[in-house]
Amino acid sequence: MSLTDQLLAQNTVQLDSKIPAGPMADKWNTYKSDMKLVNPNNKRKFKVIVVGTGLAGASAAATLAELGYQVDAFTFHDSARRAHSIAAQGGINGAKNYKGDGDSIHRLFYDTVKGGDFRAREANVHRLAENSVDIIDQMVAQGVPFAREYGGLLDNRSFGGAQVSRTFYARGQTGQQLLLGAYQQFSRQVGLGGIRLFNRSELVDIVVIDGRAAGILVRDLVTGELTSHSAHAVVLATGGYGNAFFLSTNAMACNVTAAWRAHRKGALFANPCYTQIHPTCIPQSDDSQSKLTLMSESLRNDGRVWVPTNPDETRPAHEIPENERDYYLERLYPSFGNLAPRDISSRAAKRAVDKGLGVGPKKNGVYLDFSDAINRLGRDVVEERYGNLFEMYERIAGENPYDTPMRIYPASHYTMGGLWVDYELMTNIPGLYAAGEANFSDHGANRLGASALMQGLSDGYFVLPYTIGNYLAPMLNKPMPGTDHPEFKAAEVAAKERFAGYLAIGGTKSPDFFHRELGKIIWDYCGMERTEQGLEKALSEIPALYEEFKKDLRVTGDGESMNQTLEKAGRVDDFFQLGMLMCKDALDRKESCGGHFRAEYQTDEGEALRDDENYCHVSAWQWGGDPMKPVLNVEKLEFEEVHLATRSYK
Amino acid sequence: MAQVVTSHRGPVTGTANRAKKRRPFLIDLYSTAVGKKYVMALTGIGMMGFVLFHMIGNLKMYAGAADLDHYAHFLQTLLYPLAPKGWVLWILRGGLITMFVLHLHAAWSLTRLNREARPVKYQSSRDYQIANFASRTMRWSGLIVLAFIVWHLLDLTFGVVNSEVGNMVQYEGDTEKIKAVYVSVIASFDRIPVALFYVVANILLGIHLFHGAWSIFQSLGWNNPRFNKWRRAFATGFAAVIVVGNVSFPVAVMAGVIS
Amino acid sequence: MSNTIKNITLKIWRQSGPAAKGYFETHNIPEITDEASFLEMLDILNDRLVTEGKEAVVFDHDCREGICGTCSLMIDGQAHGPQRGTATCQLHMRKFKDGDSITIEPWRASAFPLIKDLMVDRSAFDRIIESGGYITAETGGAPDANLIPIAKPIADAAMDSAECIGCGACVAACPNGAANLFTAAKVAHLNRLPQGQAERYSRVEAMVETMDEHFGSCTNHGECEAACPKEISIDVIALMHKDYRKAKFANRKDLARS
Repeated sequence: MSLTDQLLAQNTVQLDSKIPAGPMADKWNTYKSDMKLVNPNNKRKFKVIVVGTGLAGASAAATLAELGYQVDAFTFHDSARRAHSIAAQGGINGAKNYKGDGDSIHRLFYDTVKGGDFRAREANVHRLAENSVDIIDQMVAQGVPFAREYGGLLDNRSFGGAQVSRTFYARGQTGQQLLLGAYQQFSRQVGLGGIRLFNRSELVDIVVIDGRAAGILVRDLVTGELTSHSAHAVVLATGGYGNAFFLSTNAMACNVTAAWRAHRKGALFANPCYTQIHPTCIPQSDDSQSKLTLMSESLRNDGRVWVPTNPDETRPAHEIPENERDYYLERLYPSFGNLAPRDISSRAAKRAVDKGLGVGPKKNGVYLDFSDAINRLGRDVVEERYGNLFEMYERIAGENPYDTPMRIYPASHYTMGGLWVDYELMTNIPGLYAAGEANFSDHGANRLGASALMQGLSDGYFVLPYTIGNYLAPMLNKPMPGTDHPEFKAAEVAAKERFAGYLAIGGTKSPDFFHRELGKIIWDYCGMERTEQGLEKALSEIPALYEEFKKDLRVTGDGESMNQTLEKAGRVDDFFQLGMLMCKDALDRKESCGGHFRAEYQTDEGEALRDDENYCHVSAWQWGGDPMKPVLNVEKLEFEEVHLATRSYK
Repeated sequence: MAQVVTSHRGPVTGTANRAKKRRPFLIDLYSTAVGKKYVMALTGIGMMGFVLFHMIGNLKMYAGAADLDHYAHFLQTLLYPLAPKGWVLWILRGGLITMFVLHLHAAWSLTRLNREARPVKYQSSRDYQIANFASRTMRWSGLIVLAFIVWHLLDLTFGVVNSEVGNMVQYEGDTEKIKAVYVSVIASFDRIPVALFYVVANILLGIHLFHGAWSIFQSLGWNNPRFNKWRRAFATGFAAVIVVGNVSFPVAVMAGVIS
Repeated sequence: MSNTIKNITLKIWRQSGPAAKGYFETHNIPEITDEASFLEMLDILNDRLVTEGKEAVVFDHDCREGICGTCSLMIDGQAHGPQRGTATCQLHMRKFKDGDSITIEPWRASAFPLIKDLMVDRSAFDRIIESGGYITAETGGAPDANLIPIAKPIADAAMDSAECIGCGACVAACPNGAANLFTAAKVAHLNRLPQGQAERYSRVEAMVETMDEHFGSCTNHGECEAACPKEISIDVIALMHKDYRKAKFANRKDLARS
């Protein structure tokens, strides 16, 4: 009996993935034809709360409002347009086969399952690939100015982990343009009265009554006021938890609070150890740095990655002769070369730097060199393709990448793990949904480039609007608990105490101090490479630091006006608890797959070694009352369509 | 202008559902700042035309008293005998006054709007990048030019401050006496302070035009990559021609070139 | 490669709330690496303030990659500071030198009411978008993306104006507190595209009139373009003015709806 089956027998929560029966290609259509519908006139009787206004949240809120549901949307930003989806640079995949290079829905599905190292749920991924086509149509109709060919048709480029060109892009600002498209559609509904928008309002708790999601508790960041909001269904589109590492490419305010509060109320948290390290970020330049900046992966289309062969190399890049350079990606992975998937490229860079071959003042990067591309295509073409990225690099690093190769190094970027959801994107708490990066469903152990935007929009535009209706239809005219219910009152009291508690500690160190220290531990032991020993060390250090946090935290100011230190304290508190779960999960998964690389489990060539016999499952953790005592539940992954195979990009 | 004084808290919804009250379309257009800027631009063009022809006409001064006085008479009797003497000139003046009033009203209400748009000023000094002296002093250059025009009318049109105005002269070959404009101009510029005021006011008019004549293109939305780079050159050239032409008259009188 | 900059004096605007009286507070940064960004310098200051038991300076910021548009700040009299085409979050200390005194103020406009210290409320921008800054294309009915070819120069021009990050620097820098660049950038993005033609005139009319309720007027200073972190050209303002004029004159029949 495999470990998966043993664990399955011990599950404390019934995990029904609700995958429709039938052949893979028909599942989503079957679901749509069988689902229950809400009559158009009855839709306005239902209220749906959407937390977060990124790609998934804005598109879901807009579509639900267009259908006629009452939608309350919450964002902790000043405007719905600020969500971090905006920072995605490279592009969005769509299986349009506009290039006639043999792309198809099946191929995108296959690439995504393989890229995810066979740890994603096949049916979800197939649906994602199907929806990718409609997303492009929808976004073009919204006026997203995707790049075009001279003939006026849409242009595509290729991306890591794929051998076809299926990535649509808008210069280096695809995320921005897509988010603005969704934001405009969302804003139209705010203008028309379909959506009620609450800005600068942060979710602080989820309220569950009689086993169903009944609403949320929100803190107004301007006034500090706590208010309860009830609804028939709650959607969390609150992004990922990459900021657990402190230094990441995520925006400063990205946090896990919404997902974590849901977890504490009973929602399972799946695969927290699957975090993606993006291979092309600007290396850290000094210790006071607050975040890392990503350079689009699309740069790898034309840039060549190399390090000097001599660890003591001191000459500037252009003086190092060809035979003293190691183009290690091209050497190790000839068929994918510089376009090897993210996890593989990242680890290769880490190995080079660990061997002392790193470049730059801190020897903490590798070169991404455009001189060949400039010679081949001309500076104008390179500028047209990457001009804004080059400018951004120059502003941050103070070097001109047309003359000096860029220095890059991997950084935490995206989290594949998240709230466990079924095929309908519903967590194990009925009525509570998770969409976009906040859920775990589509990317397995590693996400391919240009797939995050696709997933956010797929969930928001083309999945939730159907599946929520299926949940709401039987609830028509049934009473809904109001915000005067004792559960809401209890949540308000608890949250009030929590925030008053941070203010009352009166210690000596800021929330940022603790966040930085916590991030260092997680990065060192639960980052690109993990070991049993390291993870155990982290699991002793994090709780100790957490104790110190609870005793020595200092939050100045008050709880009745804008107080960013207080906001931060609440978020860091949740990161501490999540950090323990990440390490627990990483320790528990005794295999290497995708973004989770356990040094003990690797091939002779240093590649990830999966254990499909024992770990072909989703680890969904249940809150056990203490962050160090989570309870493991598993969902077995079955692969009908794509056969389990060792990933090879050679 | 609805002023948002404090930050709104609580949900925002239905912001686009307000019923718009529509008025006759020209008033509707003029009710917005963009509409007022059209009016400023269009009246600006009209007044630029006046300023240009006024200057060209006055160049007759260099051709001698008879030429200038006949030109003045020509204006007085425009379209005569189709229209009674002086009527067409008054119609033109009426148009000019209307443009002037509209230009002033739009400027006044836009200035008020702009003051309300930033009730609390920056407490530290601004470091302007593009905005130039001309663009930032439009209302002052405009007001000084306005004061000058009032003086100019009192001086050379109504003769309130110029005793030579109203004198008549009969040239050889003419059948009637006509107004002796040339003499009054010389008399006016023979007073040094008046001549200096004239010079200063025209330089300010030039500064006003330097921004205004460029600004017209933006306000009216005349924007085309083919001619965009000529917009600044046009404004500079136009302002220069007006200033050089107009300033030459008092200078010529003071220097004794014409007398 | 990295150098240390010494003895920076910061004059920072502090104001505990919209109604409170504000003042400049002076702080000294004895030394900082020139690799640090401007906001990281404020982080360091805030960390010090919190440790000393004082309240941290409130300022808006998020992505720190110059794309989300959350950061603001009037630095030495310039919106987003002295570097052209750069949002505050991407301004680095290498732009400053030893002994510099830097004045930091919030953005000031009646449409941007102050919340606290350096943070203002820019929701008026959202109101403009809500009034018409979109293409009506409800989810589900979109035709194939390649159905309408769009000439590359048009797509590129639309992209140029679509780059706006909605930070509000244009309003902050404008001597009149006008939002014409922000509004026109969205108008130009959507009105240039074939998809945007159906609502071309109702869009510009609604957006201009909503803008008018909150902001000052454009007198063509060009300060907005100079302050814009995306260097959006004021040519888009001319385009908006033209379309607004057309909306009022040429399309009265379409607009005689209320």
